[in-house]
Formats: sequence, structure tokens, C-alpha cells
Amino acid sequence: MLALYRHMVLTRALEDRLESLFKQGHLVGGLYRCLGQEATAVGSSYALEDGDWLAPSIRDVGALYVRGLPPIAMLRQYAAREASPCGGKDNTTHFTIPELGLLGPISPLGTQLCVLNGMALTFKQRGEPRVCMTYQGEGASRTGASHEGFVMAAALDLPIVILLEHNRWSFGTRSDRAAAVEDWSHTAEAYGLPVRSVDGNDVLEVYEAAREAVDRARTGGGPGVIVAETYRMLGHAQHDPQKYVAPEELEEWRTRDPIRRFERVLVDEGWLSESGCEEIRTSVDAELAEAVDQVLAEPHPEPQTARTRVFADPEEDPEVPWTRVSPIGYADLNLTESRGSQAGLHGGGR
Amino acid sequence: MSEDPPATITYDGLRETTYLEAIRDAMREEMLRDDTVFILGEDVGAYGGAFKITEGFLAEFGPERVIDTPISEAAIVGAAIGAAHMGMRPIAEMQFIDFIAPAFDMIVNFAAKSRYRTGIGAGIVIRGPCGGGSRSGPFHSQNVESFFANVPGLKMVAPATASDAKGLLTAAIRDPDPVLYFEHKFLYRRVKEMLPVGEEIVVPLGAARTHRPGTDLTIVTYGAMVWKSAEAADLVSLEDGREIEVIDLRSIRPLDIDTIVESVRRTGRLLIVHEAPKFGGFAGEITAQVCEQAFEWLDAPIRRVTAIDTPVPYAPTLEDYYLPQTEDIVAAARWLLAY
Ligand SMILES: Cc1ncc(C[n+]2csc(CCOP(=O)(O)OP(=O)(O)O)c2C)c(N)n1
Repeated sequence: MLALYRHMVLTRALEDRLESLFKQGHLVGGLYRCLGQEATAVGSSYALEDGDWLAPSIRDVGALYVRGLPPIAMLRQYAAREASPCGGKDNTTHFTIPELGLLGPISPLGTQLCVLNGMALTFKQRGEPRVCMTYQGEGASRTGASHEGFVMAAALDLPIVILLEHNRWSFGTRSDRAAAVEDWSHTAEAYGLPVRSVDGNDVLEVYEAAREAVDRARTGGGPGVIVAETYRMLGHAQHDPQKYVAPEELEEWRTRDPIRRFERVLVDEGWLSESGCEEIRTSVDAELAEAVDQVLAEPHPEPQTARTRVFADPEEDPEVPWTRVSPIGYADLNLTESRGSQAGLHGGGR
Repeated sequence: MSEDPPATITYDGLRETTYLEAIRDAMREEMLRDDTVFILGEDVGAYGGAFKITEGFLAEFGPERVIDTPISEAAIVGAAIGAAHMGMRPIAEMQFIDFIAPAFDMIVNFAAKSRYRTGIGAGIVIRGPCGGGSRSGPFHSQNVESFFANVPGLKMVAPATASDAKGLLTAAIRDPDPVLYFEHKFLYRRVKEMLPVGEEIVVPLGAARTHRPGTDLTIVTYGAMVWKSAEAADLVSLEDGREIEVIDLRSIRPLDIDTIVESVRRTGRLLIVHEAPKFGGFAGEITAQVCEQAFEWLDAPIRRVTAIDTPVPYAPTLEDYYLPQTEDIVAAARWLLAY
């Protein structure tokens, strides 16, 4: 219970930090937040075990912490530091960390489901009791890739759990404009998959549903879908002031804030006192303050590292069968013997 | 991109128009002129487009002509093709041109081959923001023209100036065949020009433009690299007194090879600059065609300045290294001039 709470608090506190860093110009590119959706990611991923794999969307940062990602990694990632999980080559949650069972998504929506299917297929082929879990916005579920992923998961009866995050908005378009269904669980039914709709802002309900689906998948019962009813409390990204959202609607969802709600449960059921909650928030804040200072002192990646890691490095990996030709497909320009360079010019060398 | 919108300056029937506004004006004017023109894409209606290009369109033209679609690029392009077959002139917006990938099949197998196979064309425009420099990482920064270069049946344009942004889009909308329109997001609000208010501009597809005349070296380029090439040319002129001709292709397919060859025959030296990676890029094709048509006129090898052959990295230090910079162009130009 307390771990669930701490992870949700951490998710939000880190994003508050990111927001101030963004405003101070310390971050690179856009900032995507999950305010109001912390319970969905944290509750569901909590049902996984070591050895399982998870593919988040950009809004499921809480799930990454549950899997063991140190929060400093997200700071480094958004600040494009050398030590970030992507080494500065990609942003947001786009990293793959096998030790934590994390598959990084790519921006083109709906794609990670297809790849995760392959992981689930491997588990099944090897007879390993392991499970995959992935997240999709309702908008992402409209893509061809997502559709094919659902069909494949169902057809091959794979051990995979899909969280459909119905947060009411896809970028600046209401989700009811993107489909003719109002109840998004119909989507899963259309694929012949078992589905359960939950209050995505109730971390315990999300956890229970995920537990059920994960257990079923682990014991050979095939894929399952959970539709989490929730709300995107901020714009698509930091640059979007969300002018298209009715203030009353936001206000209404604010009363269903997942963290406040869970605090009430914790206090009412005697897990924590008000001051106990406060203590957790303060300790998370202190941890993050330190991490922020550390990250800001860290360097950006060296420019030349842009060239690395397009392919496996034959120097590091003797298994690579070719070593004689340049993997980029042409020789790096060597102009030293040419007439132009004998005039004393280096020629740019690109 | 978070710059403030520029204050609008109007003078004598001319209005200071950004590259972005030029795109908006072209669509709006064509929609007013021809009621078969309509727009479909993600967030183009109620939200006004991810970059606010179609802001106000929903109110002006209504939901039948400004259509918010599900996130489904294949279906967007497919629907555009079908509508074009019925005599409509659809403009399909890709929110970022990178997301043209899910529509690849529709474009290369349906749209591009339609006229050849059946005699019925697919007069659609697929447009979207391309290019790097805005710290957006591998999936919001790509230049995709070479993905489509080996597919006969597609036209492709990549404007550098506001008037070309308007004129090429107008021509693309009126074109009876599929046109991919690559608008460089780095130029959206940075490039401005005084353009006549409400006056139509049509730039024929397949016609290059001399951005800067010169006698000593030809740079062939397009899109955002026109500006870096021009900057390099000015610097070389100032410091070395050598004059570089900068040719802005505008259309990359059809390719205006005549203009390139004519210039190279005059200058005897050719540098090709593009923002896409080198291997398989347009520079290779242009090099081959110039070798076929102007080899005897060349006084130096042909050189290429392009992005490096990696995905587009996110961190500023890496992205700056990845992208061709003005100093890379200057160095290559000087090398060629000294040859
Ligand atoms: C194939 C593809 N098309 C377009 C986009 C641009 N895009 C990024 S996020 C987004 C909206 C996503 O909405 P949803 O899946 O509902 O997730 P939410 O943002 O609500 O969490 C869009 C259209 C994309 N990433 N991929």
C-alpha cells in the first residue's frame, strides 16, 4: 500500500520538478505529463513480477518507477544528458532496459503492442511463465499497427495484458470524435478478448484488475484488456494550454484526483496518518532536489557520439560477421591525397 | 516551436507573411476558390492543427471540409485517394511527416500506381512538417523524401521561402497526381516575406529557382538548407571574393535537371547540400545525372554535404553535429574552389 502511494507521489513530484526545469529552460524539446493518470500506470504495473516485460506510453512514467527505474533517469532523459538511458539520442520514455523488463516505445503510436507480442510469443514458445504488459491511449488504439497487434495477440493467444487508457483526449481532439463507440471496452470485445473496465483513478481497483489479467495470462489464459477510465488533466504537452477543455470538466475530474483519493483510503483504513503522508511527500521531494542538482551539473553527450551505435561495433562484438566494409555504406571522406586538400584545406570531411 | 507570433506588418497591399501563414493562405484561398478542396487529418479541426496551420478553418469551412480523423494515417491517405477518384481535391495532413510511415502502403502501392495501372489518377496532396533543428528526436525530425524517391508516380516538393510555400502548395492542390509536400518546421515562423494579400501565387512543379546567382561554384539544395547554403555563399563572397550560385530546387521530383546542368556548365563545380542522410539521398541521384550530362564541364569532383548516416538524435550537442552546418558548407565550398 505504502509503495503504491510512494510511487504515485514520486510520479507527480518528479513532473512538478520537470515543469519548473522546463520553464527555466533546462529541458530539451517538449515535456509530456501524466497529471491525473498516476494511478493507472502505478496500479497496473504493480501486478507484474521480475522477468515480466512492460512497454509504457509516454504517460506511464509511474510504471517505470515501479519496475525499478531510478527517478534520476527521467531527469537525465528530459535534460538530454550523456548519462541518460538513451545517451541523448532519444527522449521521454523511449528507452529499453532489459534488466528492468522495459521496452521503450517509439513515437508512431500503436507500434509497441506489435513488438511486445513478439516477446510474449517467445515466452510462450519457451514455456516460460512470463507476461507482457503495455499501455495505449484510446487514440493510439485507432492506428493500423495497434489493430494488427490486437488481432495477433488474440489469434496467437499470447500472454499479454493491454491497458487502454481512456483519458478523454487525444492531443486536441476529444476521443469520442475518434471512434463511434462510447464504451471503449467494445474495442476489446471486437477482438474476442476478455476485458474489464475500471476506474483508472482508483489505484487499488486498477491493481486488482491487472492482477487478475496478469495471473490469467501467466497461467496460459491468453491476452486480456483493461480499460482505465481516467482524465488527462493537462494539455497534450507543456506547449498546449488546453484551451479546448471546459473548466467545469477539469474541475469535476480534479475532485477524483487519484493521489488525494488514495490518501483518504490510507488514512481511513489506518495505513498512514495525515502526517505520515506528509512525511513521504517530503522525503520524495528531498530525494528529487538532490537528483535535480546532480543532473544539472552533468554534461551533455559529446557531439561525435552521434555517430556511434547505428550498428553493432565489430570491435566490441566479435560475432559481427563483416568487418571490412564501412557499415554506413561508403568510406568516410579521406581527402588528404586529393588535389583540393593539397591546397591546404580540410574540406569539411562530412 | 514556442516563439511568439510575429506582429503583422502590412504595406501597400503587401503583408509580411511567414512560411506557415503562406501554407495556411494557400489552402484557404484554394478552399474558397474550389469547393472540392478539403482537409483531413489529426487535430486539424477543433484544435486547428498541431502547429496551428488550420486555425479558424473549422469555423470558416465547417466539419465537412475540415475533418478531424482518428489517428490512422493509412486510412487518412486511403480516404484521400478515394475522394480524389470521385473528383475531390483532398489535402491530407500528417501531423509530423515522420508519421507518413504507417501510410506508406497507401502511397507507394495505391496512390503512386493508380494512374499507370488504371488510367485514373489520385490527385491528392499529402503535407506535413519535416526536418530537424527543433530538438524533437528521431521521430519528429526526419526528412523522408528519399523513402519515396524510387517510387515512380509521386511528385515531391520542399519549399524554402514563403512565396514558394504558397505557390507550390497551390500548384500541388491543382495537380492531378499525388504530391508529397514537405514543409520544414524550422522555417515555419523564422522565414517571412512581403506577399500580396489575397493574391494567388502558383509556382509550377518541377521548376528550380536561382536563389543567389554566382559564377565560381554551384550549390544545389532545397528546403531549410537553402538558407544555410546562402549564408555560406555570402561568407565565401565576403572573405574570399568568390561567387557561389545557389540553386533552390523547390521541387525534388520532378527534378529540374536542366537548370542544374546549365549552371554547372557555367561554374564547373558542384556541391549538393541536403538535410537528409547521405546514403541513398537525392544528392546521389543529382550527382549521377550531372555526370551523365556535364562531366566534361566539371573542374572538380562533385561533393555532398548532408546529415550523417544515423537517426536524428535528440540532444542539442548531437543534433547540431548530425545536421549539416554553415561551416561544413563553407569548408566543402572552399575545398572545391581551391581544387
Ligand atoms: C502514428 C502516429 N500518428 C500521429 C502521432 C502524433 N501524436 C502523438 S500523441 C497523439 C495523441 C495520442 O492520443 P492517445 O493515444 O489518446 O494518448 P494520450 O495522449 O491521450 O495519452 C498524436 C496524434 C503519433 N505519435 N503517431
